[in-house]
Amino acid sequence: MLQTIIQNAVDAISLGSLFALTALGIGLIFGVMRLINFAHGDFIMVGAYALIVPSAADAAMMFIGAWPAPILVISIISVLIVVALASERVAFRPLRTADPSILLITSFALSFFLQNLVLMVYSGRPKGIPLWPNLIKPVLVGEIRIPQLHIITISVTLGLLILLVLFLKRTAIGIQMRAASEDFRMAQLLGVRGNRVIAVAFAISGLLAAVVALLFVAQTGTLSYKMGVPLVLFAFVATVVGGMGSLSGAVLGGFVVGIASVLFQAILPADMRLNDDAWVFGLILLILLVRPTGLVAVKALQERV
Amino acid sequence: MSDAAMDRPDTAAVRMVAVVRFFWTPIVLALFGLAAVVIVWASGDGVLARTITDALIRTVLVIGLYIFIGNSGVLAFGHIAFMLIGGYAAAWFTMSPFKKSFALDLPPILANNEFPLFPSAVVAGLLPALVAAIVGIPIMRLSGIAASIATFAVLAIFYTVYSNWDSWTFGASTLVGIPIYVNMWIALAWAVFAMFVAYIYQQTKFGLALRATREDPIAARAAGINIPVQRLIAFVVSAFFMGIAGVLQAHFLGSLIVNGFWLGITFLSLAMLIIGGQRSLTGAVVGVTMVSTIVELLRQVEAGVEVAGVIFELPGGFQELGLAVLMIVILIYRPAGIMGGLEVPWPFGGNRRVLAGGFTIVHAERTPASE
Repeated sequence: MLQTIIQNAVDAISLGSLFALTALGIGLIFGVMRLINFAHGDFIMVGAYALIVPSAADAAMMFIGAWPAPILVISIISVLIVVALASERVAFRPLRTADPSILLITSFALSFFLQNLVLMVYSGRPKGIPLWPNLIKPVLVGEIRIPQLHIITISVTLGLLILLVLFLKRTAIGIQMRAASEDFRMAQLLGVRGNRVIAVAFAISGLLAAVVALLFVAQTGTLSYKMGVPLVLFAFVATVVGGMGSLSGAVLGGFVVGIASVLFQAILPADMRLNDDAWVFGLILLILLVRPTGLVAVKALQERV
Repeated sequence: MSDAAMDRPDTAAVRMVAVVRFFWTPIVLALFGLAAVVIVWASGDGVLARTITDALIRTVLVIGLYIFIGNSGVLAFGHIAFMLIGGYAAAWFTMSPFKKSFALDLPPILANNEFPLFPSAVVAGLLPALVAAIVGIPIMRLSGIAASIATFAVLAIFYTVYSNWDSWTFGASTLVGIPIYVNMWIALAWAVFAMFVAYIYQQTKFGLALRATREDPIAARAAGINIPVQRLIAFVVSAFFMGIAGVLQAHFLGSLIVNGFWLGITFLSLAMLIIGGQRSLTGAVVGVTMVSTIVELLRQVEAGVEVAGVIFELPGGFQELGLAVLMIVILIYRPAGIMGGLEVPWPFGGNRRVLAGGFTIVHAERTPASE
């Protein structure tokens, strides 16, 4: 009994970690430019596809995926930083002053573009790729079997969160970024360079997307051009539940959504388990009705009456 | 009636012009739709007829979205839920009992009967409106992004439940055998009806009140407008047309699949609305026309176009990439949408660009003394 509880808890925290990292990528960009970047999930997807040789063949040939781990990680991160910066430059920069709904639709269009580009190059069939297959093997902690990957996911997330907090609190550009999230116009007037802050935010979101891509592929072992969609959907919901515009809220929301998914999966009777997403969204609806500003409310976004 | 009003020449002709002027926007939009249908009908091109029927169904859909999003300014992500509910309700009412027995396990009243098509369509539109009235009561109290996500949560719940509700929806499989009767004329009739209802609604005191909350919620509240109630009215009307769009699609394709009512159509319909300009009815219609035209042209280019004896052909998948790029380009050059919130301008006399809402027209016909 206790064993199942702990195993479920580890599952939940591990899934929550992935959602939290994705939600952070969305939250960072939303903070500085009020853009809800739906294409973030497709950044993750592009990062995953970069592991294999571009071809429409059924069997995937490892490309970057065959390189030694440290070089592999750095390469995927670099690829996604470039993709994120290029998206910002081409699609979002010309629209920086536009209404948030326009930015949102632009990100839909970008997402549609990236998905169809991958579809064209790699074909639509899901591909199996064994990335670091050894990590699936469980380790025994006392009586409990925990997949190594879960431990890695949780510790990488923790590490990244600590680094991000240090970055935002201790470095000049991090402080500028927080100032820009508070009031972009005011920060600009005080000498914060808008382009630089936004570019750095996109670069970090690219980095976070790369980490999620690797952890996610290692876990599922499959590639599909739509693989980013559920991730970005839950992460987006997580940022709203956590409190739009708050980074700690995004992380908290990510864990809430991840834990809720695993929890409903575990406690619902078998015939209702198929509907577990309905329960998760029902819970989200309830949280929003009780706390419309999210779990961590942000002052800068509240209406002043 | 005061003396001032009596003095004016109030002939039938003047009144007629006033009515035409009042309904100018939907009249022009409807004639535009009619012209397109007549041209396609005259050409006898079957493929084009399907394309235009599809575009007209999308028009109903996007006008449905517009009634809520355009007037309230709240970007709702979950409206496709109402299309889903309407589409499946149409199947429950109108499939023959024989065909139903293969896929569905409905209660006897639905399983053993086959209801007439038009009343079924109306009831299938009213069902999502009822759902909207119920779920709207709590959700309409939310604003901004929380409202967007809350409506999305409603879609996610209905989508998941319908995907797994085997006895009523045939689960995630394709439900076939729905009577096919929607052609471009029927789709046009519903699209025109939607245009007029949307336009009349936005000119009523309810529509104007909701638009006021869109422009400045705090001032509107101070002026005594109950924001949740006004939003709820638009939400219900909008859900009816979303439902009708689902009904039309079901009777156009003859089949339904739950997966067709998820993110793809959500994004596409929102993109149509916002590209056209979410703040005016004309924008909604222009958006559908624009995006449908782009898709159709790209589809033809993808199939191969002959220019001066040389056949140009683009690789498969180009259609989607081209659409995405064009959407971004349009938004970069027209960030408020193509129409930028304007309705069709009145071209005769006293011409000025009338902003959506057009209250200048309504009240110009009354003198203060006659109130």
